[in-house]
Amino acid sequence: MITLKSPREIELMRRSGKITSSVLTALIKAVRPGMTTSELDRMAEEGIRQAGGVPTFKGYNGFPGSICASVNDEVVHGIPGTRILREGDLLSIDIGTTLDGYVSDSAVTVPVGTISAQARQLLDVTQECLTIGVAQMQAGKRVGDIGAAVQAHAERHGYGVVRELVGHGVGRSMHEEPQVPNYGEPGTGMELRPGLVLAVEPMITQGGPRIRILGDGWTVVTADGKLAAHFEHTIAVTESGPKILTLRDYAERPEIERYRPAREAIA
Amino acid sequence: MARRRGGRPARAKASAEKAAKTATPKEEAIEVEGMIVEPLPNAMFRVELTNGHRVLAHVSGKIRMHFIRILPGDRVLVELSPYDLTHGRITYRYK
Repeated sequence: MITLKSPREIELMRRSGKITSSVLTALIKAVRPGMTTSELDRMAEEGIRQAGGVPTFKGYNGFPGSICASVNDEVVHGIPGTRILREGDLLSIDIGTTLDGYVSDSAVTVPVGTISAQARQLLDVTQECLTIGVAQMQAGKRVGDIGAAVQAHAERHGYGVVRELVGHGVGRSMHEEPQVPNYGEPGTGMELRPGLVLAVEPMITQGGPRIRILGDGWTVVTADGKLAAHFEHTIAVTESGPKILTLRDYAERPEIERYRPAREAIA
Repeated sequence: MARRRGGRPARAKASAEKAAKTATPKEEAIEVEGMIVEPLPNAMFRVELTNGHRVLAHVSGKIRMHFIRILPGDRVLVELSPYDLTHGRITYRYK
């Protein structure tokens, strides 16, 4: 079932998103070579609980962590653990908060120390994909417009778009209808209406789009072992355009997060 | 956290493979590959076949029993009746 959120509900989700974005900001700043992903997980859980929220991921279908930490060829859903981050790694952090029953969901991929120019480009393009996808979220457009825009941008750079995992509606639960693929045909799919809140999350790979799920039942890796990047925001469709509910007040590369100038409208 | 597309991927896939192997085409059906174009009510789909034809196809009972979800863009195996080439039965979803 697809639920449209009232302005009051969107406000509650924005508060939830505020926790998600500020904790995520703290995690981004904390990432260093030599630390383990479970350290970040602990920080995330503490941060969320201190702010009065509940980590949405913890216990979700049995997921053990408060964040998903996916390194290099891991696309998403990596389980935080004793893996030590090394200089040159790509780390994707995915985090969700439940506050007063409303969920917000956001992710970034960050470099650990210095990374190669190719990896840098993958990050930039994936971030741009998210920006471009969000820009499509005007009332009257369709879910397929988001996917088509993301896919076109990724494939123009020769990157792969993961098909098996999709963005989703968000609200009282983390995964609501509709599904929001990162590929598609313009003008197809459900019409976007004010009050619809979606998590848009391009998952882009340096190689082919194929993935594999590891034996832990969670970690999704690229089938060809190439690097992958993942960015995500929780966004509400409103009459005056998309409103990002998980926008951070810290951008590593503000020039490619082009929705940032509109921030005043959100804060 | 990204949502997994469709339902139970691993199990659905295993049973689909089995279904594809054991399903016997009824009465000289023509098997062709196609791509789902559009979902229609009552578990029917518009399928574009590799030869470019668009046919109306319903989902075989076996696929329904195993809760295999079919989405636009999926590649599927369609059985066509030689008597009426505009209607088909989806017997297998690839991948």
